[in-house]
Formats: sequence, structure tokens, C-alpha cells
Amino acid sequence: MLDKNGIAKRIAREVKDGYYVNLGIGIPTLVANFVRDDISVEFQSENGVLGMGPFPFEGDEDADIINAGKQTITTLPGASFFDSALSFGMIRGKHVDLTILGAMEVAENGDIANWKIPGKMVKGMGGAMDLVASAENIIVAMMHTNRAGESKLLKRCTLPLTGVGCVKKIVTNLAVLEVTSEGFKLLERAPGVTVDDIVNATEGKLIVEKEIPEMKI
Amino acid sequence: MINKTVSNVQEALKGVADGMTFMLGGFGLCGIPENAIAELVRLGIKDITCISNNAGVDDFGLGLLLQKHQIKKMISSYVGENDEFERQMLSGELEVELTPQGTLAEKCRAAQAGFPAFYTPAGYGTEVAKGKETREFDGKMYVLEPAFKADFSFVKAWKGDEAGNLIFKGTARNFNPCMCGAAKITVAEVEELLPAGSLDPNQVHIPGIFVQRIFQGEKFEKRIEQRTVRTKK
Repeated sequence: MLDKNGIAKRIAREVKDGYYVNLGIGIPTLVANFVRDDISVEFQSENGVLGMGPFPFEGDEDADIINAGKQTITTLPGASFFDSALSFGMIRGKHVDLTILGAMEVAENGDIANWKIPGKMVKGMGGAMDLVASAENIIVAMMHTNRAGESKLLKRCTLPLTGVGCVKKIVTNLAVLEVTSEGFKLLERAPGVTVDDIVNATEGKLIVEKEIPEMKI
Repeated sequence: MINKTVSNVQEALKGVADGMTFMLGGFGLCGIPENAIAELVRLGIKDITCISNNAGVDDFGLGLLLQKHQIKKMISSYVGENDEFERQMLSGELEVELTPQGTLAEKCRAAQAGFPAFYTPAGYGTEVAKGKETREFDGKMYVLEPAFKADFSFVKAWKGDEAGNLIFKGTARNFNPCMCGAAKITVAEVEELLPAGSLDPNQVHIPGIFVQRIFQGEKFEKRIEQRTVRTKK
């Protein structure tokens, strides 16, 4: 079974040379730590920066340079700043190659819910609805089950949707899955996890074909 | 040169009144019009609608206006980080319209650029699209979103000149440029107000035509919401 860093490490292998990547808050943010350093990648943050670098050294933090999580950041050579309309133009116009975000629920048809729990949590969708509606390549990073042990990979989402039929790939603490027209197709198992473990933790339709390899991390 | 300078925040906010709709720049606490917000608090005007990506924190930014119950309605994309906001929203004191961030930015830009409405894929099939016109283009569904209408835009820039030309810094740019010229009156507060001719026209982000009033902000606290650092090895 993977921890959060393990999930981020596995997703980092999906990041290819020349990609512009938008990372959501939470596990997705960790992906930047594990991208190979022999490839060229630029991270976009929707509040208006491309070419995001690591956190600043103590004393170097600048209130005017933050990421979408409102954390102080730095920029790398080749970086640029822009306004919010242009930022979402990059996203809506499909110029960003890969979007990695968290989710509360994903359905077997690719629907995603990650912004609201009626009566409990209403913080807002931020940029998530724009991202999932436009991105061609969306990877969801999440735990396979919630704290109550219930599956987050469902037949149908029960929470208010963020987007419809948009998720392509999911990396959880148990597995890598692809969303197909037939349901969740199991691609890889996490180290030490059996196919049965994944079957038991998945409520939506799970397609298991032949031998399922263990993830390489 | 058409001079847009006003001497202080009081003069800059002349004409604001109860029940008006305001656009306020900023992302989190980054690039917010701190001086305009402080003056709105001092004036004590009520029943205002605020279009702003976030709602500040409890004791800074738009949180200051929430504390005084001056806001009737918030139009934002993300409103976490503010307990008083949550309390007012759940008790029904505050009306909240959550809008996808890119749609929020584009509704400002559309108002600035003279578009009455636009189609966006964001929110299609979700509760955000409820009651809105939808249309298919090339096999994909889109939602029709109208441009915002507002009385004042309050923006914050790094440098500005007497002609109202603006230059922003870092990610403090965010919604500020999209809100310039998107309301009946745009008020820009700047860290450094310079004589006309001091800014290189090649470097201007927002031309002065979109700004009606510009003033030198008295004080910028520039509070950091999440201070994240790494240690030198």
C-alpha cells in the first residue's frame, strides 16, 4: 500500500518531457518533488504563474509571489506571470498538457466530485471546474477509500459534481486505474496489495484482465 | 495626458453607496486593494455585493467588511479560510454565489471588453449550470455565462503613473487587470505613483483608459497567508 508520497511518486512517472502541468492542492502538490530532473517540465499555478519553483529560503519569501494554495513560492528561469483570465485561457484553451487533482469521489463514467459536501463543507470549487471541463489529460490522486473505509470509486457520484465524464486515470494508495467506457480498468497494483484487496475497495465496475502487474515506483 | 490622480483614498472612493456592487482584485490576500477596503470599512456602507475570488481571512481583507456585516452578497470561487464567512453563510445572513474561478475571471474580462456573455465548458452538468442556457459546439457542451455588471472596481497595482497606466508585480496581478474598466468606475491604488513618462510604455500591463482614479496607497501590509519556506543546507 502506498502513502501520499508514494502516490505522488507514481504519478510523477506520468509527467513527460515538455509537459506544462497544473497541480492541485494536497497530494498533487507533492508530485513536483518526484519528477525526474533529466526532463523539462513547467508547473502552472492558476493564480498566474508558469515556471513555479520550490519554496523560498527563509527570509526570501515574497508576499507577491504565491501559488494557488496561497503558499509562498519561487520561480525558475523562464518563468512568467499573467492575469487570471489569461491563466484560465491557458487551461480552457488546452495549452496545459496534464492536470493532476484530488477528489472525494470518482464514478465509473469519469464523473468527479471534489468541491462540496452539502451541509458540511462549502468552500467553493476554485479553479477545479474549469480544469476538469477542459483538460484532455486528467489524473486523479486520492486514497482508494474514505476515512470510514467506504470506496471513493463509485458507480455514480453521490456528492455534487465538479465535472462530468472527464477523469481518465486514477492513482490511489492501492492501484492505478484507467476510466474506460466499460468502467474502471485495473492497470497496476500497489506493492503488497492483491487484486482482491482492490476488488473489495472498489464499488464501481472494476475490469480485471489477466495478470495485473505491481507498480514500479 | 489625461490626469487620473486623486490625492487620497477618501477622494478615490467618492460616490460609493449602500447597495452597490463592487469588484475587488486579489487572490487570497495577495494583491488586494487594502486601502480601499479600509476606507469601505470606515465609511460603513451596507448591503454591498462583492465580486472577489476569495473573501479574505477573519481579520484581514474582505473579512474586515464581513465582521461589520457590510456585505449582503459575495460572488467568489473559493471561500475557505474564513470562519466568520462560514458562520454568516450557514446562518443565511450572507448570500453566496460560488462561481468557477476561470468563469469569474472571464465574467470580469467580458465586462471590460464589451461582451454581454460567453460560452464556457466549466460547470456543465453540475449545479453551477442549473437554469442556464447550454449549447453544443463541435460535440462538446457549454454553459452561457453573462458578463458582470458593477458600480466600482477596486484594484491594486505595483506601479502606476498619473495617466492611470498600471504595472503589476508577481502573482499580485491575478484578477486585478481583468477588473480594470469592468465597472462604471475603476479605482487603482498603487505602491508607487509616478509622474507621466516614468513608465516605459512597452512595460505597461493596463493602459490608463481603463482606470478613472489612481492614488498612492498610504500603507500596504501585504500579509502572507501561508508562509512556506525551506531551510538552507
